[in-house]
Amino acid sequence: MTQTDSTAALRAVSGSRAPANGLLGRVRGSLQQFLAFASLIVILIVFSLLSPHFFTPTNLVSILTAATVTGILALGTTFVIITGGIDLSIGTGMVLCGVMVGVFLTFWGWPLWLGIAAAILFGGLLGFINGFNVSILGIPPFIATLGMMLIASGLSLVISGTRPIYFPDQPDFQNLMNLSIIPGVRFPLGVLIFLIVIVIAAFVLSKTTLGRYTFSIGSNEAATALSGVDVRKWKIMIYTMSGLFVGLAGVLSASRLSSAQPTGGLGLELEAIAAVVIGGTSLQGGKGSIIGTVIGALIMAVLTNGLRIISVPQEWQSVAVGVVILIAVYLDMLRRREQTNR
Amino acid sequence: MADAARGTSETPLLEVRGATKRFPGVLALDDVQLELRKGEVLALVGENGAGKSTLMKLLSGIYTPDAGEFRLDGEPVEFTSPKQAQELGISIIHQELNLMPDLTVAQNIFIGREPRWGGWVLSERALNAATRKLLARLHLNLEPTRLVGSLSIAQQQMVEIAKALSYNARVLILDEPTAALNDGEVEALFDMLRHFVSPSTAAVYISHRMQELARISDRITVLRDGQYVGTVETADASTQTIISMMVGRKIAVDRRPDVPERLGPTVLSVEGLSTRDLLDDISFDLRGGEILGFAGLMGAGRTELARAIIGADRTTAGTIKVHGEDVAIHRPSQAAAAGIGYLSEDRKKLGVLVDRNVRENVAISSLSRFARAAGVVDTRAIDAVTRVQIETLRIKTPSTTQLVKYLSGGNQQKVAIAKWLVRDCDILIFDEPTRGIDVGAKEEIYALVESLAAKGKGIMVISSDLPEVLRMSHRIAVMCEGSLTGILANADATQEKLMELATFRSDESVVSQ
Repeated sequence: MTQTDSTAALRAVSGSRAPANGLLGRVRGSLQQFLAFASLIVILIVFSLLSPHFFTPTNLVSILTAATVTGILALGTTFVIITGGIDLSIGTGMVLCGVMVGVFLTFWGWPLWLGIAAAILFGGLLGFINGFNVSILGIPPFIATLGMMLIASGLSLVISGTRPIYFPDQPDFQNLMNLSIIPGVRFPLGVLIFLIVIVIAAFVLSKTTLGRYTFSIGSNEAATALSGVDVRKWKIMIYTMSGLFVGLAGVLSASRLSSAQPTGGLGLELEAIAAVVIGGTSLQGGKGSIIGTVIGALIMAVLTNGLRIISVPQEWQSVAVGVVILIAVYLDMLRRREQTNR
Repeated sequence: MADAARGTSETPLLEVRGATKRFPGVLALDDVQLELRKGEVLALVGENGAGKSTLMKLLSGIYTPDAGEFRLDGEPVEFTSPKQAQELGISIIHQELNLMPDLTVAQNIFIGREPRWGGWVLSERALNAATRKLLARLHLNLEPTRLVGSLSIAQQQMVEIAKALSYNARVLILDEPTAALNDGEVEALFDMLRHFVSPSTAAVYISHRMQELARISDRITVLRDGQYVGTVETADASTQTIISMMVGRKIAVDRRPDVPERLGPTVLSVEGLSTRDLLDDISFDLRGGEILGFAGLMGAGRTELARAIIGADRTTAGTIKVHGEDVAIHRPSQAAAAGIGYLSEDRKKLGVLVDRNVRENVAISSLSRFARAAGVVDTRAIDAVTRVQIETLRIKTPSTTQLVKYLSGGNQQKVAIAKWLVRDCDILIFDEPTRGIDVGAKEEIYALVESLAAKGKGIMVISSDLPEVLRMSHRIAVMCEGSLTGILANADATQEKLMELATFRSDESVVSQ
């Protein structure tokens, strides 16, 4: 074979359809995020037109505040979902971490910083147990975290004696979430923490080995393992990290209410998962982004807030959110079907 | 290409002696040898089930051998895991690609070995630069930042090969790499292979395509039924020689079916059936009382044809007539309604419900027949019908309520057949009906299929076992890479002829009645 021939043949393989496919592939990949972002803008505009009280600095900050706790849960669980897993224990796990803050600060009288750090680490422990159960024991993520959801829910009640725990010794604790850091506007510290955590999560997902293996495991777990990546170890790390986010959300939630409430939390995991899915992360794994999840969390918060401002009864707010989730996932399915039929 | 004769004086790069691997009920490899010389491309050929893939899985550490000696550069080695085999310099490109579609080319190639700062922060720039360098060395014009899922199969294969070579592989094993490639892509692959093979490296090339072997390989090793048959210099071997080595004489076909003199009317007409990925303009007729065998090698498209006929896969062209009338089949339920029953090759997954009992399985395709008012199922009627089937098909089961998983493979197959008989299907498609069934039970299945044909049913039998096809079929259709390459009457068919049709993509198909 002559050199020219072989070069031509090589070009035939490597060059074929490259530009069109590459561009199209990239556009498709971010289409869901674009749609989510566009819907967020549309929803913002609609509510602004419907009510003069909606698009005000105060209300926008209160939307951000409302998005903070669910948003942080959603950030952590984005990693888990990209691996193709699921974490149902984040809602009640968060409540348990809140109770643990109460135990550390009020029952045991630990210093503020230590109590907070310990509660976040406690969340990491819950995540580690989830990761161990999924990865080493091989329990399907849905079941493993369903078990943890019930365990956490029960433990919160047992540990707290079914009563809220207040923070009489630590009056500063509530500042963690509520302290206004910008004079004039009520911009709470908690929202700043949310923003910082977003940046950290985005960095970890896109720039670190942990993030890379998160995508890789979700894309093809067997191939990842065959490539010499210790999939079991990384899955434990991913669930543990999600647990740390749960711990932080628990701390912020207790701070916001100035008390650790041992009930509630159930359903919050689904809200967080909904935010992740609306943001374009695929429940089948392999695809997703932090910015998508943030947009998803904001859409949920804006909808709830806006519907309340235009006086839609609370029952209907839930219906609206449900419809949004169905539409978002259907769009994702459409995209996926088109890809497989390509 | 390196001179094959030169290698004889040197220590072989890779040597296998007495490799044996047993699976429950099957001796997959029996005392097999292999010698891979430095600087050569060794082709490994054999029929389906000859043991090629098993041997390669031993070499790449996926399976552990029951016996056997392995030497790399003359040194005894053991292959304990894919990673360890890779570190020893053995890389395998599997038929089904092992890539992460959602990652980029560069991310795929260096997965687990990414350039990083401080141990955990990735350097995407260094990653892409390293990939660019590697791809340039391999003369591949791929963009490192492209998502692998957006590449063609050929390009994905290139990525996989680039990944293998980035481990500094010395032995590259390719398992039917050209199955999904067009001619230009095959050229590029060969080119890459020629670049790869140097005085210190070698490749094992598994393929069914005889013409390709002549062009790319130095020597050819033939396996048959898990045993080593022999190795020949490609230059000295004719295609006929290779085929007779593959087929062998061991399986003199002792029995042929009694082909009925008169068949019934045509029950199934397939005209110009095509699918997007594989099937290309398939046409044939099936008559009542006829057993039409489908021979071909793995990936020839026989199962895909069956799936297309029953509407499990989407077709792009073609018509299907049942009893002379056009039928639109887009879903398996419509095929069942038209009287076409399909018995999957994957019996446990797609054929029977292993965790349910015999009578539930028998009735599953015709439940509406047994439903009384309000959809309540008439268990007694089902039981009666099941008893009849147990008797006629001689299904060995203690009761109608035995769980199917406790039956033998042959009896599970009979339960699957009973399901379609109860449904009153006139056309039955058997996909590898004797897979995983022991020898004694096979004859029973053959007899059963014959008796069904004698009752006027039109029967398609897909089988990868040539003697089995010859044993059962009145006519034999041969497929190769999605095309029907010929239909032979049983009397005209020999194993050699069938193998020739199955390995050659010929434009002139042989059709005889």
